[in-house]
Amino acid sequence: MTDTATETTGKESRYGVPAIAGFTEEGENLSPLNEDSSPLGGDASKAHSHGGGAGVPDSSRAGRLTSYKLEDFKALTGREEDWRFTPLKRLGGLHKKAPTGAAPTLATELSDGATLETVGMDDARVGSAGIPEDRVSANGWNAAAEASVLTIGANAEDVKATLTYTGAGMEASAQHLVVVAEPNSRGLVVIDHVGSAVLIENIEFDVQEGAELTVVSVQAWEDDAIHAGSQQAKVGENAKIKHIVVTFGGDLVRLTPSARFAGTGAKVEMFGLYFADPGQHLEHRLFVDHSTPHCTSNVLYKGALQGKDAHTVWVGDVLIRAAAEGTDSYEANRNLVLTDGSRADSVPNLEIETGNIAGAGHASTTGRFDDEHLFYLQSRGIDEKTARRLVVRGFLNEVIQQIGVEELQERLNETVEAELAATDN
Amino acid sequence: MSTLEIKDLHVSIDTEQGSKEILKGVSLTIKTGETHAIMGPNGSGKSTLASTIAGHPRYNVTSGTITLDGDDVLAMSVDKRARAGLFLAMQYPVEVPGVSMTNFLRTAKTAIEGEAPSLRHWTKDVKAAMANLKIDPEFASRNVNEGFSGGEKKRVEILQLELFKPKFAVLDETDSGLDVDALKVVADGVNRAAEGSEMGTMLITHYTRILRYIKPDFVHVFVDGRIAEQGGPDLADRLEEEGYDRFLPVGA
Repeated sequence: MTDTATETTGKESRYGVPAIAGFTEEGENLSPLNEDSSPLGGDASKAHSHGGGAGVPDSSRAGRLTSYKLEDFKALTGREEDWRFTPLKRLGGLHKKAPTGAAPTLATELSDGATLETVGMDDARVGSAGIPEDRVSANGWNAAAEASVLTIGANAEDVKATLTYTGAGMEASAQHLVVVAEPNSRGLVVIDHVGSAVLIENIEFDVQEGAELTVVSVQAWEDDAIHAGSQQAKVGENAKIKHIVVTFGGDLVRLTPSARFAGTGAKVEMFGLYFADPGQHLEHRLFVDHSTPHCTSNVLYKGALQGKDAHTVWVGDVLIRAAAEGTDSYEANRNLVLTDGSRADSVPNLEIETGNIAGAGHASTTGRFDDEHLFYLQSRGIDEKTARRLVVRGFLNEVIQQIGVEELQERLNETVEAELAATDN
Repeated sequence: MSTLEIKDLHVSIDTEQGSKEILKGVSLTIKTGETHAIMGPNGSGKSTLASTIAGHPRYNVTSGTITLDGDDVLAMSVDKRARAGLFLAMQYPVEVPGVSMTNFLRTAKTAIEGEAPSLRHWTKDVKAAMANLKIDPEFASRNVNEGFSGGEKKRVEILQLELFKPKFAVLDETDSGLDVDALKVVADGVNRAAEGSEMGTMLITHYTRILRYIKPDFVHVFVDGRIAEQGGPDLADRLEEEGYDRFLPVGA
């Protein structure tokens, strides 16, 4: 799974250099000649300057185009590797037109140590940890009028921030959030999405040296919402991010969480939980880009599906570059199909360019809760309703318990109960 | 004392070629404290009888009755039958994703007893029962039957038998696929359950081997959906020597 795009890379190019060196919002310095690219650039940006992504093979994740410029991305046809599962017709035009509507309103609850600013898109922090990886993300980046910057102050402990985005309507909009976890801070950020919206959302997490950041992104939209979200983390030396995604609501939700490493000894944990009802399309595409030595990543996404045309997509790309010696990585996706008529796609991709690693593995299972399971549990005295709940709760609990925020865990347990109650009829 | 009574039971399954009768009039009465061995060649309907008692939806009872102390078992849902005191140790226990053994055992025990078991005693009982059956304690945190070997699944069935203390246990070829050591462990478990509580046992088996460890009071030979012969333990000995040939039509 290597290709020419990776072979042309200088092996030492992605570590031992300041994370943001040579990096501008225009992406001008991300040229193939510039070996000192930041973790954001990499081969993808090189490919970009080779000609807007044309001819870049999709066979390696390293070759994927990244750019801040919308025009660098070709119009989507739905046949692209990263869009082939997405029903573009249901994307609310987010891939075609600039979203000009009002972004969801933001309500915040901030503890000491957290500050929130509204800045222009020319602020230096915008683009410090993320770069669009697809046309829709770039479309939102271009269209966003302003960005919110949440900063967790250096060395601050027990910082908690809850950001609730409430969508007000079905006019397409874009929003941008940058979360900066300053060195050695300890913080928890809950990003809650409710209401109705057609939204392109770009979120960057700049997790600086020694910081530990937990993020919980909840997609609890109304049934009609359309949400294309890019959530990118840049994780500094000895820093850690625990990124948890919970997706229940919306008509179409497509999230692309990614993590890149900007130093050694960094740790990434990515958890996800999704529950698809009839007609819902819930898609999660992950990318963990190991480019520096001695970092670890662990990915676990679990999903339940029920009803006709409930569709979930999980794609997990893990790339261990040649420089990333001593990497320890694991990713797994597990789906539980509760009824007929649902579809779960699951594609784990692991690319390894060095043999000198501590470990790398992946797993994917899609199981069905069927009549034989039900018969087995019932034959032990457990009634049908309890049996179904037992299975789903047990299945999803593994991820819910990772959240570590009691009131949120309770809320999610209640949501699971409500989802299950919907099929009791 | 309780009685499980099966009278003139006819059972069919739906196949692509239409309905097919498997049980063609089976009558059998088991009292608590008794052990009945049901023996017979493959395809004679032994497992169909077991699954029908438990209420598997695949099997249609076309006529006849099953009663437990006079109550109509066939009118009960699968879970109600279990709560009434019937237990089926399955031939092929399924893996249930997402449910840990610990959670499953406690939920089932609570359902059967009608109230949650005292946590302290329960944990101790589970541990002891697992040790008796030589089940790795680590299995408690694994999902029900997930990744268990065939022999491990059978032992976990007997673990449930010991913990749930049913009035009647139907063991559907629990001995198949077990080596002699595992067979002994499983048989000891069944004997403990039978001694510990007043339990009636219906032991379905193809082979006489398990009858060295679990002594039947009665032996019934199943052939083509009917009981072809009944007797005491000595009938099993005779089957051991002669096989089932004499029950089968010539040239079969």
